[in-house]
Amino acid sequence: MNWVCLLSLLAGSTLAHAEEKRAVVHVGSKSFTESVILGELVTQLVSSAGVRAVHRQQLGGTKILWAALLSGEIDVYPEYTGTIAQEMFAGAALRGEEAIRKALADRGIAMTGSLGFNNTYAIGMREERAERLGIKKISDLAQHPELKLGFSNEFIDRTDGWPLLRDRYGLPQREVRGIDHDLAYRALESEAIDATDLYSTDADILYYHLRALDDDRRAFPEYNAVLLYRAGLATKAPEAISSFSRLVGRIDAKDMIAMNARAKLDRAPETRVAADFLSQKLGIAAAVREPSAVDRLLLHLREHLFLVSLSLLAAIAVALPLGILCARWPRAGQVILGVVGIIQTIPSLALLVFMIPLLGIGAKPSIVALFLYSLLPIVRNTASGLQGISIDVRESAEALGLPDGARLRRIELPMASPSILAGIQTSAVINVGTATLGALIGAGGFGQPILTGIRLNDVGLILQGAVPAALLALLVQGLFEILARVIVPRGLRLPSA
Amino acid sequence: MTAPAFQLSGVSKSYRGTLALAPTDLTVPAGQTTVLIGQSGSGKSTLLRLMIGLVRPDTGRVLFQGTELTEANVLSLRRRMGYGIQGGGLFPHLTAAQNICLMASYLGWPQSRIQAQLSELVHLTQFPESGLNRYPSQLSGGQAQRVSLMRALMLGPDVILLDEPLGALDPVTRYDLQTDLKTVFQKLGKTVVLVTHDIGEAAYLGQCLVILRGGRILQSGTLEQLIRSPADPFVTRFVQAQRSPRDELRAAPS
Repeated sequence: MNWVCLLSLLAGSTLAHAEEKRAVVHVGSKSFTESVILGELVTQLVSSAGVRAVHRQQLGGTKILWAALLSGEIDVYPEYTGTIAQEMFAGAALRGEEAIRKALADRGIAMTGSLGFNNTYAIGMREERAERLGIKKISDLAQHPELKLGFSNEFIDRTDGWPLLRDRYGLPQREVRGIDHDLAYRALESEAIDATDLYSTDADILYYHLRALDDDRRAFPEYNAVLLYRAGLATKAPEAISSFSRLVGRIDAKDMIAMNARAKLDRAPETRVAADFLSQKLGIAAAVREPSAVDRLLLHLREHLFLVSLSLLAAIAVALPLGILCARWPRAGQVILGVVGIIQTIPSLALLVFMIPLLGIGAKPSIVALFLYSLLPIVRNTASGLQGISIDVRESAEALGLPDGARLRRIELPMASPSILAGIQTSAVINVGTATLGALIGAGGFGQPILTGIRLNDVGLILQGAVPAALLALLVQGLFEILARVIVPRGLRLPSA
Repeated sequence: MTAPAFQLSGVSKSYRGTLALAPTDLTVPAGQTTVLIGQSGSGKSTLLRLMIGLVRPDTGRVLFQGTELTEANVLSLRRRMGYGIQGGGLFPHLTAAQNICLMASYLGWPQSRIQAQLSELVHLTQFPESGLNRYPSQLSGGQAQRVSLMRALMLGPDVILLDEPLGALDPVTRYDLQTDLKTVFQKLGKTVVLVTHDIGEAAYLGQCLVILRGGRILQSGTLEQLIRSPADPFVTRFVQAQRSPRDELRAAPS
């Protein structure tokens, strides 16, 4: 098989991919529904202005998006002012929008004005009960010490959570319980608790008919939604900036809650939710392409196979010689196996994140990470396969006068082939599973529907990724069983006489 | 008088500080069968492996047909030696024929020459033609040993080195193979160096017997010399350490 040819072909296609970048605006979004919807709004607006836009959805958390923006992997993504001040410039104690703008500008990043809503902590009560007690603002709670409060553990612990709220408003309630966020809504419904913490644009506000109380003493930090974009975009695609800037001040909390609810509760695709908003609010008819389920499956399969095959081929090319080295020089072998073993112990998520500053986001870092994970089984099985050859056989080959290389090719590698193949099989099967994590950094594959499914709590969607991935793993397993029949010499597969 | 096949002078070998062979001189004459004989650990296998360069001597020199074995020439010199071991040491992933012809095809012999040599060897060793396409795991112990011998003989070597070739065989197969080996040796008239711990086998196959003990050569000579004028009481003991069922019959009360 001509692997070199295949490798260069695959490498060629990634290069071609990289070259397109100049003309395209890359939009990023975080791994939660609101961010994906905002990213989709930006993408459709930029497209409608005649600039090619690609949405690299649900790339992960703040750190990944921020790094990708700084390195130019993405050009624009939705963020919150509170996050910028608290996380990206933690320790700089930025106060006010101007300070934030200046800190961003120093890194070559620009920020739009607020899109119109503030997604911060809020205190929610059932609409009907709040109405009955006449509670509109958080300060109204002080008149009702009998109210039972249930907060998420994070909110109770954070200094800017419950402790701050209690002190700022002088709240008298003593019955405060820690409760799981999802259970809190059910507890509200059954009146086990009267109020809980929530995010002010949470879809569940609509679903459970809740009232978000007004933070009249400004206890909670502002998390105004904005768009962060590379300052260089002004020269690269100025029309893109003017197009997505049309969102500024146009999305209020009610709009956002409604869009979140449509995506999360009604399971409407974010593309559709965003398109409807644009046509209703801005009168823009964005062209929405909704690929069919089969198209999506094929796309994910292609992405997945790309990740797996390229990383596996590279791993074979490197691990096989390393395994031979291990067998020939056991002392060097211990070092090699040690290093390769340590790589294996790095949690995959951590490894992916380490890769981002070096290789950016997308397929490249994923392939490198998968490549690193594939090394150990192949190196170890190659080494042990070669070491397992009896001294009698090795010396018989030597005594014939066969040179080193010919001994390896004609005797030792064929004899070790069952073990080597088993190692490659193990790597391949693990690889198919691990490749699903590539979706976290924008590499696509079957991890994409899994990730979206987890975000939307949609088991069906999770299965759309998990089932094909599992089937692919089985297929790979079977393929190697067949391959073993072709590659492993017949003499090694016979039961002994 | 032709040049000796091997001349070893002052050759010694230790493995991790354990002496396997004390400094030893030995001349192996060409055209006859020399048997290295001794107990396990006597150094007889080490001596043979030094001759084919599978181990490098710590001291001394090994000359093959007058040329010193070096790292550089060992590969080409080995192609003039045939080597066989206990159990055959066959490559399990190759058929009997592939095992035998591996080196010839590596060296690029034309197929016709390979075939001619192969059928000659099959005839010489009385190996069933049908067994050539079998894999080692499908061969009996005696057949494997015949394949191993053919592999050793394929390139038409000047000397044949055999390390306990009949070690793991049952007595009947062993007896038959001893007979056949003797015929082959006689037909070929080549230099043979054979390692065994069986004095009966040594006496039957060899013209020159070399007795080793504890990494040293005690005595070398014909069987007659060893019996008539033993250099050491151990030589006598070793030569006599052989039971025969006939002795038991004689000793039994009538």
